[in-house]
Amino acid sequence: MDDLRIVERDVDAKETKISAKNVQVYYGDNHAIKDVNVEIADKTVTAFIGPSGCGKSTFLRCINRMNDTIDVCRVEGDIAIDGEDIYDRKVDPVQLRAKVGMVFQKPNPFPKSIYDNIAYGPRIHGLAKNKADLDNIVEQSLRRGAIWDEVKDRLHEPGTGLSGGQQQRLCIARAVATEPEVLLMDEPCSALDPIATAQVEELIDELRQNYSVVIVTHSMQQAARVSQKTAFFHLGYLVEYGETGTIFTNPEDPRTESYITGRIG
Amino acid sequence: MSVFFLLIIVLGFGALGFVLGRSRALASADGNIRNLHSLPNYYGFNVALSTIIPALGLLAILSLVLPILIDNRVSTFIPADSISEDTTRSLVMSDVRRVADGLDTAVAAGAMTEDEAQTVSTETTDVRERLGAVGVALGSNVEPFVLRAAQSYRAQAAAAQLWTTFLIIGVAIGGFAISFLRTNREFRARNVVENGVLVLLMAAASIAILTTLGIVFSMVFETRNFFQDYHWTDFFFGTTWSPNFRGDSDLGIIPLLWGTLYISFIALLVAVPIGLFAAIYLSEYATHKFRSFAKPAIEILAGIPTIVYGLFALITVGPFLRDYFAQPSGLGESASSVMTAGLVMGIMLIPFVSSLSDDIINAVPQSMRDGSLGIGATHSETIRQVVLPAALPGIVGAVLLAASRAIGETMIVVLGAGAAARLDLNPFEAMTTVTVKIVSQLTGDTDFASPETLVAFALGLTLFVITLGLNVFALYIVRKYREQYE
Repeated sequence: MDDLRIVERDVDAKETKISAKNVQVYYGDNHAIKDVNVEIADKTVTAFIGPSGCGKSTFLRCINRMNDTIDVCRVEGDIAIDGEDIYDRKVDPVQLRAKVGMVFQKPNPFPKSIYDNIAYGPRIHGLAKNKADLDNIVEQSLRRGAIWDEVKDRLHEPGTGLSGGQQQRLCIARAVATEPEVLLMDEPCSALDPIATAQVEELIDELRQNYSVVIVTHSMQQAARVSQKTAFFHLGYLVEYGETGTIFTNPEDPRTESYITGRIG
Repeated sequence: MSVFFLLIIVLGFGALGFVLGRSRALASADGNIRNLHSLPNYYGFNVALSTIIPALGLLAILSLVLPILIDNRVSTFIPADSISEDTTRSLVMSDVRRVADGLDTAVAAGAMTEDEAQTVSTETTDVRERLGAVGVALGSNVEPFVLRAAQSYRAQAAAAQLWTTFLIIGVAIGGFAISFLRTNREFRARNVVENGVLVLLMAAASIAILTTLGIVFSMVFETRNFFQDYHWTDFFFGTTWSPNFRGDSDLGIIPLLWGTLYISFIALLVAVPIGLFAAIYLSEYATHKFRSFAKPAIEILAGIPTIVYGLFALITVGPFLRDYFAQPSGLGESASSVMTAGLVMGIMLIPFVSSLSDDIINAVPQSMRDGSLGIGATHSETIRQVVLPAALPGIVGAVLLAASRAIGETMIVVLGAGAAARLDLNPFEAMTTVTVKIVSQLTGDTDFASPETLVAFALGLTLFVITLGLNVFALYIVRKYREQYE
């Protein structure tokens, strides 16, 4: 298999979805993210790569303000989605998170039925007018999560009974159910086996039709396979950001090259 | 030689064994620890444990068995016709022991020689007076057969003590010798010592289990005696509780069970919401600083003795409820009421519910909360719809444990709800529980063979079965919950 196969790039025409300017993040006294400026395009898969502890997950969690739930965490600078500052006082982080879905490293289905896992978000945000509407949303989300065929006959069994890969696709379907505009994925395949990983990667590529997807990954092959744009983080700095093909074949910064060729990390 | 000196001697042998065993092992390895199979201390412990454990085990068995053997042999001195209608063999035997003790005291005080003590007879001496002179007061004149039994008892006790001493010291020396001779560089002392420790651990575990079995059996036997005198349907389905010692008691458990369940219900009604809400606040909202102060503070409630809660019920809550609720609304005149006991017991149970629930809520993985927050749920929606359902089985387990605690509670009920057995719905009436009645049937001047006393065991067994059932159910639920995330 050609691991560094580059998927076709057609990102030039896309408009900017998320734009970050001079973002600084502090955990207590620790300066975790330093001066990050990045423009993430709509309907594109953007990969964040970099060694452990480089701040890529931290930056990802700034985009839906999940860092707000950590007491010692402080974010400075501007992050805007569609030109709107998400750290503005007027913005309710809870509403923001409905718009910016998130998929976590470890599959975390709720201890509820598969149906209720998906219906959780729509119920909270009042997206369904009636039972039939909700059924429809659940089906659509499970189809988008590429798991409908596997679970359609057991919607009322617990979501925790699925296999790891199925659970992760269930979590993606759950995130999709609230109709977000951006989908953040924090190492979504790190707990999965290669077959489940392939299924999720295929799914990510399909999700690009409707969403702006940002994925944090430790696997450079994965970044190369699924993303159109790649950002390389190192020690809290955004070192290099550009077309995935360019980053992997012709990086500008020597640190990026060292990381990609396996000399640092 | 007394048991105490025996203990000292055996332990002394053990200490000696440790030192000698250790040095013998070292000597066999030419002083180089690397040549030994185990560390030198293991060889020492092996000798010490082989000396001490069998000897002490035998000592424990002998001190349990010998008195029974002696009693059996001595009791052949007691003619069957001398046991009158209103006494039992055990009462006569306690007379025998008292006289034997008296003779010991007299010999020790120098009022009698050892020979005299063994040969004195009631025909020639007034034994009661002689013993009275050295401060041993006897209730009646000593019967000839009692004196003979006492003398035989003394002789046998002395012999038993002598044999015990020889046996124990023999076993200690035997254990010492065998383990000492086995000590050389190839000997796997570490494995042997660890096996010995394993046996000790198993013994400790089996003592706990055997005690439970013993408790159950003693209850079962006495309960069987009770049901021979009193029909079980009258006990389980009788609605009146009025024991008296004329022999026509009504011993129906229903009013007591009703009181128990009613008071426990009110207690849980108080404890569950308050405890659960406190747990939610502490585990989900409170800052770390506040939590580290508030959680121990709530747990202090669990450390207050229940009698103190009882006093609180008696002098504060009871009169308060009567003066401000019961009397104005015409519901009752009594300071002792189901409500008083229930409220105070509820306060006592708050830490049980809150502390356990808090631990259980904390055990819900953070990834669950992240998942819910990441979808755009608020903190409170996350708690209500994800955290609490995930923790629910554990919380139910906590509540059931609190319930079995409430059912078994006694002091708060005596002081808070009174001792009147009654079937009533009014929570401002005095009622009572099973445990209170167990106490009142067993205390005081009672005949131990009558159904009025034996009923306490039937009550106890019923209560035991109920709380055991609740505990098993609670454990079952808690265990099921544990399997959920991994």
